[in-house]
Order: sequence, then C-alpha cells, then structure tokens
Amino acid sequence: MATDLTVAEPLAATEKLPSRREKKQRPRWLAHTVLILGAIAMLYPLLWMVSSSFKFTEDIFSQTGLLPERVTGQNYPEGWTALPRDFGHYILNSTVIVAGSIIGNLLACSLAAYAFARLEFRFKKFWFAVMLGTMMLPIHVVIVPQYILFSQLDWINTYWPLIVPKLLATDGFFVFLMVQFIRGIPRELDEAARIDGCGHWSIFWRIVIPLSVPALATTAIFTFIWTWNDFFSQLIFLTDPDMYTVPVALRTFVDATSQTPWGPVFAMSIVALAPVFGFFLAGQRYLVRGIATTGLK
Amino acid sequence: MPRARRKKKDPGRFAPYLFLAPWFTGLALITAGPILASAYLAFTDYSLIGSPEWTGLENFQRMLDDPRFYQSLKVTFIYVGVSVPLQLAFALFLAMILDRGLRGLALYRSIYYLPSLIGGSVAIAILWRQIFGAQGLLNGVLRFLGAEDPPGWVSDPSYALGTLIILNVWTFGAPMVIFLAGLRQIPAMYYEAASLDGAGKVRQFLKVTLPLLSPIIFFNLVLQVIHAFQSFTQAFIVSGGTGGPADSTLFYTLYLYQRGFGNFDMGYASALAWVLLLIVGGLTAVNFIAAKYWVFYGD
Repeated sequence: MATDLTVAEPLAATEKLPSRREKKQRPRWLAHTVLILGAIAMLYPLLWMVSSSFKFTEDIFSQTGLLPERVTGQNYPEGWTALPRDFGHYILNSTVIVAGSIIGNLLACSLAAYAFARLEFRFKKFWFAVMLGTMMLPIHVVIVPQYILFSQLDWINTYWPLIVPKLLATDGFFVFLMVQFIRGIPRELDEAARIDGCGHWSIFWRIVIPLSVPALATTAIFTFIWTWNDFFSQLIFLTDPDMYTVPVALRTFVDATSQTPWGPVFAMSIVALAPVFGFFLAGQRYLVRGIATTGLK
Repeated sequence: MPRARRKKKDPGRFAPYLFLAPWFTGLALITAGPILASAYLAFTDYSLIGSPEWTGLENFQRMLDDPRFYQSLKVTFIYVGVSVPLQLAFALFLAMILDRGLRGLALYRSIYYLPSLIGGSVAIAILWRQIFGAQGLLNGVLRFLGAEDPPGWVSDPSYALGTLIILNVWTFGAPMVIFLAGLRQIPAMYYEAASLDGAGKVRQFLKVTLPLLSPIIFFNLVLQVIHAFQSFTQAFIVSGGTGGPADSTLFYTLYLYQRGFGNFDMGYASALAWVLLLIVGGLTAVNFIAAKYWVFYGD
C-alpha cells in the first residue's frame, strides 16, 4: 500500500525551510500565538507531572499550579523503594529486553532488507507484499498461539518471547524502512565492489551497512522507544514480579493500593519516561524522518 | 559434474534465501503459524490444560449472545470514529500553520510530536488517570473556576471514554509530521497559478491543498484507524484492567485480553481476534475502495 506514497523520497526537503513560500506572508504573530498556545496545551500535562513529582502527595490534589508551594525530593527515593524490588531492578529488566530487541532488529531486519532491495529471487514481489501485510497485522491475532507456543517451550517469565521474534525480523516496519533506504544507495557502488571480487556478504557488510547508518539509527531509536514503552506483550509474557519491566512494575504501583501514593508514582513515571525523552532529544532528526517515511508511531 | 558447475556459475544463487532466512523463520513461527493456529483455535474450546476441543461455530454463536462483546465493539467504534478524525484535523491544521516558513519550526514540530511517542506508555496513562480523576488536575481547575461539583471524569461512565479519546487526539503529532512532509511537496506554482486565477485562501485550500494532499490524508487515515483499533494500554491502566466504569472503556483488545489471559478462554479469545482481524481488514479494504472517489494521484 505504501508504494503509492509520494512522501517517501524527497524527505530532505522537510529539514530545511524552503524560501518559496516566503511571499505569501500573513501576520506571523497570529501563527506564532496559535502555535505557542497549542504547545503549552500539549506540554502542560507533562510539565505538571514533573512538578507533581516534587510535591507532597497531599498537595498534588489541592494545588493545580505548576510551581510547587512546598518542594520535596522525597518522592524519588520513596518511589524507588516502594515495590518489592528496587526500581533499578525493573529498569535492568527493561534494559536487557530493549538491548536484545535493538540488536535483533538491526541484524535481522537489515539482512532481510538487503535481499528485498538488492537481490533477485522467485516471488519477490509476493514476499514483499507479505512483509508489508505483516506490518498491518494486529498483534492480538497472533498473541494467543504465541503464548501457547512460548509456554510449551517453557519461555514464559523469560526474556525470550520478547527478544527472539526481533531476531527473526518480525517487525516489518523496520524491514520496509531499510528497504526504502537501501534502494537510495547507488547501485554503482555494489557493482564496483563486485568487480573487485566482493560477494553479497561483503557488499552488504562493507558497503550497504556503513552507508545505512541513518536508517539503522532510526531503527535503533524507534526500537528503543517502542520496546521501552511496550506494555501489552510484557504484561502477557512476564507474570513473575521479579521479571517485571518498568511499565508492568509501574502498573502494579498504581493498582496495588487503594490509596495511590501519587507523588512517588509520578516520580517513577518520570524515571520511566526519562530515557525516552533522552533518545527523543538525541535522535529527533532520525525520528522525524522515520515517521515521515513510513508514518508509524 | 553438472551440479558443481552450475554452482560455480552462480555462487550467489542461494544468497537471497540466506539473507532472508531469519525473516522466513519469523514469518513461519511467529506470524503465519500463529495466524493459522488461531484460526483453528477459534473453533475450539481450549484453556491451556489438555488439548483443544473442537466445538465448531460455538465460539461465534457465543459472541452473538455476549453483551460484553457488543459493548466492546461499540466502545471501540466510538473511540476510533471520534478520535481519528479529530486527530487528523488537528494534525492537518497545525501542519498547515507550520508549513508557512515560520522561525522555530523544528522546535514546534518536536513539541507537538513528543506526545505521539509517549502517548501509549503506562506512565502517560497513569498521568491521565490522575488528571481526570475525581480529585485530579482538571477538577482542581474547575473548582478554582467555581464549579461546585465537577464530575469524576474517569469514574463516570458517560465521560470515561471521552477522556481516552482526548488522550488519543493529544497524540496527533505523528500524522502531523507526515502531513508536513506532504505539504512540502506541493509545488508553489500551483498556488501562484490559483491566486492569479483569483482564488482566495479557502478556494486554494479546497482546490489545491486538499486534492494534492489526499494520498497522504488517506495514508494517515488508514494507519491511524488500524492503530486506534489496537489501543490497549490506555484503557487498561485508566480502568485498572476492568474496562470500567460499567464497561464504558471496554476496548475490544481489552476484552480479548480478559477472555484470553484473565480466564484462559483461549478458543474464545482466538475467535475474538479473528473478528478483529476481519473488521480491521474490512475497514481497510473499504478505505481503499472509497479512496478511488476522493484520493487524487497527480501523476
């Protein structure tokens, strides 16, 4: 379906402002006012959460302003130790899964993408269409049999159900992203390498991979953010509290007590979001380009 | 030895299959196999203990008599039907403002895009639960403004779904970025020609922007519909996993989760999953058919 897309190619254009529209100026302060008000509305919940993480729980309810009247740093150590394990334990669990997923996606998806972008084989178009189709497949259709499969392998409450699929290039989105990218690498480079005696493996490893760094970075960043934020599959495959990841642990935090300690909860929510903010700031260009190319979240 | 010679002729004959080996394995074991398995399980009764018991169409007949199935369908359709158009409208509106060559484009774009990245996370769902709680931020503001008895948004069945719709609309940044990329590709000369012909801003929007952007509107529409149908985390966290109050936030996927992983009713959950697949697939097909009438491909 995405083959019809015209957005895929000249993305470089989104990075720089073209001067061609400069002529049709309207009062710019109006646009800026709308944009700034909108930005405040968009960010207010987040800023409020940051500020609440430094408020006493009883103040969170009564004070709606952003600036706390009484500041406390207590929510962070309190939240960190509120669950059966230190929060660092859950961060570590998430980190292992995220790292495994990134390695898996980078390796497996780039291999598949090279084949789709550069090699000829029977029914290539058919398999490519199948790959695009898997991008649209709701995970809910396969989760029950996957659960049965993994439980028969005795993999429930291990990291394998969350990592092994990535090693098998099941994220069609990244395969597609890299196919699009590799298609843009001049074929002359491959041919020159072939004349020098390189086989497919060397061309892949020495030419295509080094030139695909932007696509690989996009893949790594999105894999990080999506896996870090993922809740559904972690909720299903990890039921042992020792194996909980950050999102699953956060969830038990809220549901455990009838009287939720909002201050510590928000503090740990900030801890949970911080790496995403970090990657977002570091990789914005790649993120925007990845989004504009294929349009997933 | 002709076989050896043929191999020599084209040593890379198997290369595509080697490169695709992980993908093929994943397709077989993680995707296609489970699809077939769930198609089979949909006609069985299976609770993980023993082996699946063939029950024919019973799961689907059960569905027809299951009020929570209907409720989850209704909730999901309202959620998708209201939040996706709003999301796309906001996305297009802001993309058009941002496309006017203003200073600070990158900053604005980042700010608007950020919620898309984190909107599906547990942390944000928790935040939402508090903002719209009876004692939450919103009611604090309303009380400050003089409202005596504001509703508990997430605890009142008539508002709870609305709060989740707002959460989804808040994540309009991703389609906005795609619109922005699309707007950049409309040649300025079209607007110049239109304005020479005396077309005002509104006419230019209707006659130039919308038709030329229609493939991208279509793309965003298809993706966001598919995406919204699969929403889960928000409803799960905000309702504490119940889909309450009074099943008003019982997303289809949440109900599927409850049947499959709450009750280990795997056969019924598989049947539900197939109905979801048929609905999403059907809607996507309808989208593609309808696209013939409104999507305009320039070349």
